[in-house]
Amino acid sequence: MLEIRNLHTSVDGNEILKGINLRVNKGEVHAIMGPNGSGKSTLAKVLAGHPQYEVTAGEVIYDGKNLLEMSPDERAREGVFMAFQYPIEVPGVSNAQFLRLAYNERQKHHGEEELDPLEFKDLLKEKAKIVEMDASFMSRSVNEGFSGGEKKRNEILQMAVLDPNLAVLDETDSGLDIDALRIVAEGVNKLHSPDKAVILVTHYQRLLNYIIPDFVHVLSGGRIVKEGGKELALELEEKGYDWLKGANGKPAVSVAI
Amino acid sequence: MTAEIVQKNQYDAAFRELLSQRASEPSWLRTAREAAFAEFERTGFPTVHEEDWKYTNTSPIARATFTPSFGSAPSLNGELRKFTFEESGASQLVFVNGVFQSESSSTANLLTGVVVTNMADAIAQPQYEILLRSDFENGRQGNGFTSLNAALFVSGAFVLIPRGVEIKTPIHLLFVSHATNGDATAAFPRVHVIAEENSSATIVESYFGASEGPYFTNALVDVTVKAGARINHYRIQRESADAFHIAKTTATTERDATYETTNINLGGLLSRHDVAVMFKDQGGQCAVDGLYLIGSDQHSDTHSVIDHREPHCTSRQLYKGVLDGKSRAVFNGKVFVRHGAQQTDAQQTNKNLLLSEEAQVDTKPQLEIFADDVKCAHGAAVGQLNEDEVFYLESRGINPALARNILTYGFAEEVIERIKIDSIKRELDAFVLNRLHSDLEIS
Repeated sequence: MLEIRNLHTSVDGNEILKGINLRVNKGEVHAIMGPNGSGKSTLAKVLAGHPQYEVTAGEVIYDGKNLLEMSPDERAREGVFMAFQYPIEVPGVSNAQFLRLAYNERQKHHGEEELDPLEFKDLLKEKAKIVEMDASFMSRSVNEGFSGGEKKRNEILQMAVLDPNLAVLDETDSGLDIDALRIVAEGVNKLHSPDKAVILVTHYQRLLNYIIPDFVHVLSGGRIVKEGGKELALELEEKGYDWLKGANGKPAVSVAI
Repeated sequence: MTAEIVQKNQYDAAFRELLSQRASEPSWLRTAREAAFAEFERTGFPTVHEEDWKYTNTSPIARATFTPSFGSAPSLNGELRKFTFEESGASQLVFVNGVFQSESSSTANLLTGVVVTNMADAIAQPQYEILLRSDFENGRQGNGFTSLNAALFVSGAFVLIPRGVEIKTPIHLLFVSHATNGDATAAFPRVHVIAEENSSATIVESYFGASEGPYFTNALVDVTVKAGARINHYRIQRESADAFHIAKTTATTERDATYETTNINLGGLLSRHDVAVMFKDQGGQCAVDGLYLIGSDQHSDTHSVIDHREPHCTSRQLYKGVLDGKSRAVFNGKVFVRHGAQQTDAQQTNKNLLLSEEAQVDTKPQLEIFADDVKCAHGAAVGQLNEDEVFYLESRGINPALARNILTYGFAEEVIERIKIDSIKRELDAFVLNRLHSDLEIS
């Protein structure tokens, strides 16, 4: 589904990703872990097409197509979704309006039927159950005045509505209390299926107690320095990221973003 | 100077004709008209040399030829439906080119005792003289526009909400301009609203252009909110693209009274709205909010004054601007906290969104505080759409143009949603989205 080959990325002339290779197949859950500044959030944003990041080398093939040539909105309509680490507030536009608009844009793109507000309301009601969100959130402006946990749940609600093939969750666990973490993780699990893939970007192992990854990749200094199965996350948790210094024989490079 | 002479002569003929037609008017009004016209002849229209008019050049109004309407106005029966709204079907006064249209007006839905009538009729009734006379005589304290209005007004609205009466039905004062025989018309409507003690009402004052080409609206509105009373005042300006619109709203609140106004400025080639609220007694509250959403060569100017003369009053002000094309906006907001007006709580915000490189805004929030125990804040911002917000929407599959429109709509919505009349709000939403060239349907 996704193949990243030798990906190099810069922001304002500073190279952050220094040759990432990653292959994600349908049905798989991949965790990208690493210390602060290792480049893991950058990887998520590059996949979503954030204009701030310049790809200086390498390629990303998604479903046989060159992902890097697609605009951010095209990527989304083609089934790529990124849950933001810091979801944006959109005052004046209600959650329901926003979600219906995004949903219908995707439907239009695929030549499928668009939903009117009433039909969409029913769909939204079903999807909201997945993240245990109250109906009152639907009429409120997107993310405005939401708590940190509510914003993250709202991201997963958007994911549920847009039903992506490839979901990239950028530190969705950060700032969540244990209940919110459980709700978010269960939501992601419910949405996962054999024809979809998930990339979890996370600093901590605790999310991986709820969403079990098939593969764990550890990023440091813009490179993948270690890969393994779910047990690697536990090992990291136990030994800390400093342990990686020994793992590849040199200190983890810290890059300020 | 030549232009000024032409302009004086132009209105002079109209003024003489009006006086001869209105020989039966009360003598105090005739005297007030004559004094106002003499004042106008002395001052002319304000010029850019005056601080308050620095950014708004009124010389196109002085140079153009406008014909004031006195007698009959074109009947717009069918067309009026575009400008009226369901909630006020039986509580509306309609004016075309500043002339009252009794056949299109109805006050059937209003409670007995509530007065909603043509100003010209109110003036003919001696019991209202005490309420109205000073208003006309004070015209001299304004500028050339207010003087000319006092001299040339033919009709307008007089609204009196009796003590303790609460009116749920909004009262709609609709001013439509329509060029007859290609003449550029001029209208000088005048509105006087009095909410007696502990009464409450919602007033909608709207301006529309029913034909293309230039015309001139020069309106004066006065609102008095007595002790414990409450007025919601929505003002919607959707003049046509070539119109000139100059208007002034003056509101005074008495003890524990509330005045809330939302001003939507969308139309006109050149528009200026002065809004002044004065707290005449303690415990008053006001909200003075507005939106100007303009494009192409439009010019929109808002000057507001909130005058805290007495202690324990609260004022809130939020004005937002959206500017596209080569449009230009001016926001000048003064908040005065007078000596002794302790425990004043005043907040003023002006935010502007520039959608094009060529649009320009001059914003000047001003606070002048002469009391020491007050809570005041003000601020102004001018910016463009936030690229992170645009990206967020794009990342959900929304194309960049639509993403920008949605964010712009959201920006304006904060003001539009203060209007609590569904059909008006819906229509404004549609107007804003349509203006942004979007096929987006938000419901």
